[in-house]
Amino acid sequence: MIWANLLAIPVLLILAILQIGIVSRLPLLHGTADLLLLAMIAWTLQRPVRNGWFWALLASGLMALISAISPLVPIVAYGATTLLVQFFKRQVWQAPLLIMLLLTMVGTFLYHGLTVISLLFGGTALPIKDSLSIITLPSILLNLALAIPTYAIMRDLANWIFPQELEA
Amino acid sequence: MKTTPARTWQTIAIVLIVVGVFLLAISGYLAPALKGALDPLVSVQQWLSSRYLAVAEFLTVPRDVASLRQRNAELEEQNARLEAQIIDLQSQLREADVLYALLDFARSRPENVYKAAAVIGRDPSPFLHYVIIDRGSDDGLRYGMPVVTAQGLVGRIAAVTSSAARVQLITDPGSIVNVRLKNGQSEVQLVGSITGDLTLEMVPQDITLAAGDLVLTSGIGGTFPADILIGQVISTRKIETDIFQTATVQSAVDFTNLRAVLVITNFRPVEITPLLPTQIP
Repeated sequence: MIWANLLAIPVLLILAILQIGIVSRLPLLHGTADLLLLAMIAWTLQRPVRNGWFWALLASGLMALISAISPLVPIVAYGATTLLVQFFKRQVWQAPLLIMLLLTMVGTFLYHGLTVISLLFGGTALPIKDSLSIITLPSILLNLALAIPTYAIMRDLANWIFPQELEA
Repeated sequence: MKTTPARTWQTIAIVLIVVGVFLLAISGYLAPALKGALDPLVSVQQWLSSRYLAVAEFLTVPRDVASLRQRNAELEEQNARLEAQIIDLQSQLREADVLYALLDFARSRPENVYKAAAVIGRDPSPFLHYVIIDRGSDDGLRYGMPVVTAQGLVGRIAAVTSSAARVQLITDPGSIVNVRLKNGQSEVQLVGSITGDLTLEMVPQDITLAAGDLVLTSGIGGTFPADILIGQVISTRKIETDIFQTATVQSAVDFTNLRAVLVITNFRPVEITPLLPTQIP
């Protein structure tokens, strides 16, 4: 377990650097992918993984640090997404790829919804319909496109960290 | 009397004919006849020679292909190396162009003190328009300092760490800048949006707005220095029943390709919040 926790630090740091350096500069309309969210979901979905909460905490902490959004948004959004991942993992873990896609959609929607609520409470005028059509939907599309490769990478990482559990 | 045999006469005749032909040839009388006889031979020789060379070349091709392939590989490697050098040099040239432009801008406004910084990232949230720069409090940067480029206003520093800072762009939906139009004395507000469009709001109906009007910071509110270029009006929206009219502004700064910026370090924003009137219950 200690290795799984230690692994989270370099992986999420690299993903955060990629996120602010490259991914945020490659928008589809005005939406962008969220590598931290994808990595967190894909890692927590792996069967032997028990430290999904640690990844969620670290990812939300990183996002709160680098983004100008209210720190509550990533903490609540990533925490709720992890809760959903744990729930679905217990119920229908036999089809992890489908759950990965579903949770990617739900997680992105949740994160963006909380962002909009946070900005509206902060006094920023946001057109909800435009936000949905030019930011949230393209972001979901990008996240779905990256979900499968992210899942494959995280599965390899899990195989490397937990070889005994997978063989058993 | 002994008679000369016929064979002797035959030999003499042949010798005389040969000598005669030889003399005729030397004297040039046989040139046309020789030409007529040699031309076909030369043609045949040329044809034969060209075919021979073609066959010889064909037979030596494998050896040439091997050497050509080697040469081609060498040239491709050299080409790749040169292309990488070109890309590197072009990148350095672009960077130098940006820095020269910033230097020119800084020299044109000697009253300000600038700190140059490179843009190293963007806010991960697609709803927000912030960039991250590679200078922080260790370099003298503080919260609220204005950020500009040679083209115009970029935004202001919203958060600072020791080695980096986060800059809120004027295109951010939460950004409000007090501006004035260069052609008139009207002072209005410029607000950003989630799409990055800039809009002039709170423009009184009696003010005439026209496409091309320059928009500058007004300095009111103490957030930004006065007279920094922002952009120009590209379209207006005026409805008679509304209290105010609005206009869309084209920014002078290309925010999608922001590479380097200047932070005005000797400008301290004024905090006017305590001066704003509050409702007394």
